[in-house]
Amino acid sequence: MSRALLRSPTLNQVGLLARRAIVRTSRQPAQIVFPVVFPLILLAVNASGLSAATKLPGFPATSYLDFALAVPFMQGALFASLNGGQDLARDIQGGFLDRLAMTPMSGTALLAGQLGGALFMGVVSAVLYLLVGLAFGVGIAAGVGGALVLLVLAITISFAFACFGTFVALRAGSGEAVQGFFPLFFVLLFLSSAFFPRNLIAQDWFRTIATYNPVSYMVEGIRSLVIKGWDGQALGMAFGIALGAIAIALFLASRALRTRLTRT
Amino acid sequence: MSSLRRTRSVALTVAWRGLHNAFTNPALLLPSVLFPLFFFTAFAGGLSGISKAPNFDFPSGYTSFQFVFVCFQAAAFGGVFTGFSIAADFEFGFARRLLLAAPNRGGIVIGYALTAMTRAAFVLSIVFCAGLITGMRVDGSVANLVVLFLLAMATSAVSTLWAAGIAMRLRTLQAGPLIQMPIFILLFLAPVYVPLALVTGWVHTVATYNPVTALLEAGRGLISGAPTKTAIAAVCLAGLFGLVVLWARGGLRSAERAG
Repeated sequence: MSRALLRSPTLNQVGLLARRAIVRTSRQPAQIVFPVVFPLILLAVNASGLSAATKLPGFPATSYLDFALAVPFMQGALFASLNGGQDLARDIQGGFLDRLAMTPMSGTALLAGQLGGALFMGVVSAVLYLLVGLAFGVGIAAGVGGALVLLVLAITISFAFACFGTFVALRAGSGEAVQGFFPLFFVLLFLSSAFFPRNLIAQDWFRTIATYNPVSYMVEGIRSLVIKGWDGQALGMAFGIALGAIAIALFLASRALRTRLTRT
Repeated sequence: MSSLRRTRSVALTVAWRGLHNAFTNPALLLPSVLFPLFFFTAFAGGLSGISKAPNFDFPSGYTSFQFVFVCFQAAAFGGVFTGFSIAADFEFGFARRLLLAAPNRGGIVIGYALTAMTRAAFVLSIVFCAGLITGMRVDGSVANLVVLFLLAMATSAVSTLWAAGIAMRLRTLQAGPLIQMPIFILLFLAPVYVPLALVTGWVHTVATYNPVTALLEAGRGLISGAPTKTAIAAVCLAGLFGLVVLWARGGLRSAERAG
């Protein structure tokens, strides 16, 4: 059965395209260093700059570093969406997609293969953020099993954002458009409970936005494993929203791909 | 035509072109307006709870506290965005023609700096209005605000000259991260969210010696009507200005040598 699967043309195509995406990403140091280093710098700065917040009554952690460790995972996911989308947009602009369209390659393989590079970056950055956090004394309240679940959740979220990046690239077909969408994703992160717990946000309007912002629940899912332990509700919300986002984005991306291949 | 008049003529022409490009192209103007507004909203709105932390003492309120940071950030990023324009001018060949045509090449850099400062002034006025609409308290006098504005303009000039130095050396848009990252890091290694006394760890040590800290403390003193460290901030800016003038001049020489 497994040999038959390996010989499956679709899997072979996915493998080839994923390999291409990973090699291309790994050959562009700027695409690896900046997305990985920038969230860590911001984490270090925020951990010192906002440490006074831990003295507020009701703050859920004794160290701001523990509280904020979830943020780099989200920022890494955002950069994965940007890079994945931009690579695909470059393929569209450079005519690579047109040439692929003339081969018998299936649309599913094309989408899955393109997302391979972004998923690779998601895995690398998630492992690195966890290791850096542990090296600087962050304790995972949910233990070793919790750390593994944290990685799975972070990679799922990263994949969800990468799917949206892919959809934007397929829909617009230009790198500028993907770049233009990036601030929107970034706004979603900053208008969430990423930097402050929702119950302590003083401005009502901001707390309302953070409550309706799905990114808040993704952050809180990761955070719950670090500072609380096993919190089924937080994890259920985070996984549910991430998987829902993947389903919606993949549906939109596959429709956009069909339209683009029809045009070709 | 005297040397001074030639310089002025080149500077005003370059500035006019830069402003025309920026104000007629929403894709160039919007990010420089939206980013400071967004940071202002996110920080003043989302983090205002931290003003209730023990020993956080800023009577004018957290919105005013954050406005000063956003003010200097907008000014600095006016220079960064202008640096991108300089890099693009080189990448697409326009700057080389400009170097050939300009009777005084120093005027080109001055022109770019004027562009950045005008863009920053425009953005600052929008952020200031947004602050007032959302209930920002301004306890400082008009004179205090004018000094704050002048410090921001000087910050914009310093960041433009830094960005110009990089852009003219590398002459490609790929210089973007190199232009903005040092400014971004310098801005955030300062007391952004809380007063310096409440910043902990290694960031506190770095922030103590970071000139941006002096700017923020002076700015926050000015907006709250209790000026403090204004002279230190001015001296820091003057020192940085001297360094980046040399840096930009080196960049111009490098571009001239490259033809």
